[in-house]
Amino acid sequence: MSFSSRITTALADSNLQVALDGNFERSRTQRMNAMAALPNADLVRDRARAIRIEALSRLDTYLLQLEAAVQARGGVVHWAATAADANRIVLEIVQRKGDVTSPLVAKSKSMVSEEIGLNAALEKAGLRVVETDLGEYIVQLRGERPSHIVATAIHLRRSDVATLFEKHLGLPRTDDIPTLTAAARKALREVFVKADIGISGVNFGVAESGTLCLVTNEGNGRLCTTLPKVHIALMGIERVVPTLADLEIMLRVLARSATGQKITGYTNLLTGPRRRRDEPDGPDELHLILVDNGRSRVLGSELAESLLCIRCGACLNICPVYREIGGHAYDAVYPGPIGAVVAPALGGFTEFGELAGASSLCGACQEVCPVRIDIPTMLLKVRSAHVEETGGDAAWLGPAMKLWSFAMRSLPGYRLSLWLGRLGTRLLARNGWVRRLPGPPGGWTQSRDFPALARKSFRARFVERQTTDDRRQTMDDKRKT
Amino acid sequence: MKTVQLFITCILDALYPEIGEAAVTVLERLGLRVEFPAAQTCCGQPGYNAGYRAEARWVALHFLDVFAETDGPIVTPSGSCAAMIKHGYPDLFADDPLNLLRAKAVAARTFEFSQYLVRQLGVTDVGARHDGVLTYHPSCHLLRGLNEREAPLTLLRHVRGATLVELPGAEECCGFGGLFSVKMADVSSEILARKMSNLGVSAAPLAVTCDAGCLTHINGGLHRAGVSQRVIHLAEILAKQ
Ligand code: SF4
Repeated sequence: MSFSSRITTALADSNLQVALDGNFERSRTQRMNAMAALPNADLVRDRARAIRIEALSRLDTYLLQLEAAVQARGGVVHWAATAADANRIVLEIVQRKGDVTSPLVAKSKSMVSEEIGLNAALEKAGLRVVETDLGEYIVQLRGERPSHIVATAIHLRRSDVATLFEKHLGLPRTDDIPTLTAAARKALREVFVKADIGISGVNFGVAESGTLCLVTNEGNGRLCTTLPKVHIALMGIERVVPTLADLEIMLRVLARSATGQKITGYTNLLTGPRRRRDEPDGPDELHLILVDNGRSRVLGSELAESLLCIRCGACLNICPVYREIGGHAYDAVYPGPIGAVVAPALGGFTEFGELAGASSLCGACQEVCPVRIDIPTMLLKVRSAHVEETGGDAAWLGPAMKLWSFAMRSLPGYRLSLWLGRLGTRLLARNGWVRRLPGPPGGWTQSRDFPALARKSFRARFVERQTTDDRRQTMDDKRKT
Repeated sequence: MKTVQLFITCILDALYPEIGEAAVTVLERLGLRVEFPAAQTCCGQPGYNAGYRAEARWVALHFLDVFAETDGPIVTPSGSCAAMIKHGYPDLFADDPLNLLRAKAVAARTFEFSQYLVRQLGVTDVGARHDGVLTYHPSCHLLRGLNEREAPLTLLRHVRGATLVELPGAEECCGFGGLFSVKMADVSSEILARKMSNLGVSAAPLAVTCDAGCLTHINGGLHRAGVSQRVIHLAEILAKQ
């Protein structure tokens, strides 16, 4: 399905529209209140941005430091250059473990694993993967992918979940949220107990201590990383921060931007696997997989700033376009305004460049971004790269732009286009308004009338006005003499 | 007498000459001499925003040719064109050192109309009068592109006879976005519908804005819907006495 037909489908889905509107209102007020309650919010954001920039500008140093620190605490570090490498490494870990008897994998939310297609790879190898974050669990049961980078199932309403659980969990149909969550919890508890492998993402990896920070609101992340014998953590290489003090700053803005909370329900700091003698829980093995998958290439490109992103989702929540079409319409792992930069940055301009067209460049995303990423400017960069690689996605646009450019770079060309525009709109207009424009501009008159061009342009009127002024002046002067 | 160079964007020139004249009226009332460099055309924003950088650069070069040789501040009654010149030009000419110098010099002299009055001239009351209820729709490019929340509101608050009421969701985009409104007409229309319903809630017969793009978009929607509310440009209100 093309982007535009996905958009049409989304706009026609009234369930989705209600869900998206609810999300918009809720998340906007919650985030605003939370930010307002943060002392020196602007300074904290500046600091957060500076930390991210520092981490990226010496990424190699910090990653090596992280590796050494994780190893010193008894963890194993793997480097995955591509998605395929990352999947292979996970499988190798699982298969090398002789004492892993259950083919069950418990997973906590991880956008990187979505990005590399991990579930499919594991299932192909005969493993059963269960997403244990409630939202992820729901979209997994539906055979979908997340539609939001934080609130995975934001496109669904309560009744959708009721139907789903009725079908998959054999739960008598109910709209009662506690009953629904209890049913999911019961199903998932069994998974935690049985699974020998737990897989999670990483919100931040702290270079100085080798600490992996995982933020969830349900506690499932904690279960995934402590109950199974083996914990595999997948981390995009850009998610490193230098120190624990830096982590503290990042956490101050992350939860507030994402869900309007001061701090997320469960903020887990994992430093190495269980030390056998003195600790009651934790996995026997901790594997950290550092996933590049195009990031180091982006680092050297004009889209490098997108790597500052901490995946809080605030830009999605405020975006007027996301609000109308939701995440699935983007058909990319990362949706919304930042997704329209990250998806083409990682996946190529030819395939994903078109997504950057889905923006009015209103700048609301940049305004809310806790690390002040200049998303609009990068959307423009994606647009021009897309045009350069593919010639643009509308056949009429290239020639139209050439013509426009030619006409606007000289006064005669400008005058001629003005004259043509005036003639055209005068012919089409009734009472000064055009109800239907022909050709590509017809999109405008789908819901809006267009005013006919003025009979006399400003420039013509300005010249007249000046001549009258001058004449009056000369008359005055004459009278005086 | 201080001279300002007036940049009347292509939309204003073609569709709303009276807005340009209103801007001239206000500037002259404040004792300024207004010059209109006659060879000016467009700032190049349509091409730039659509990703056609080469095409946009040609148009921007023409703008530089016209304005670089003039003196004094360049004032334009358009937030988005001012933002284009101030932020877009340095980006367009980033790897063309000589033109980058010219672009930066021109950008430093360019001001959006309301910002010029309040921030440069220090004027808050231009002696305008309008009897009626008004609301204000901040255009995204003025609001976030040029970071200007207050200047237009300050000027409006000093209009005699006018009552300023709040517009719900004022800072949400109207869905124009230039070519976006044509290429993604469905999405753009949905966003516009929300803006129109918020205008309805405000109940002000007139909404004021500082960008002819939003103005054309919202008025086009209102006219199609048969609603009598209208959006007018700040300069038009300020010119009235
Ligand atoms: S771009 Fe900014 S607002 Fe959007 S998800 Fe990333 S950090 Fe959050």
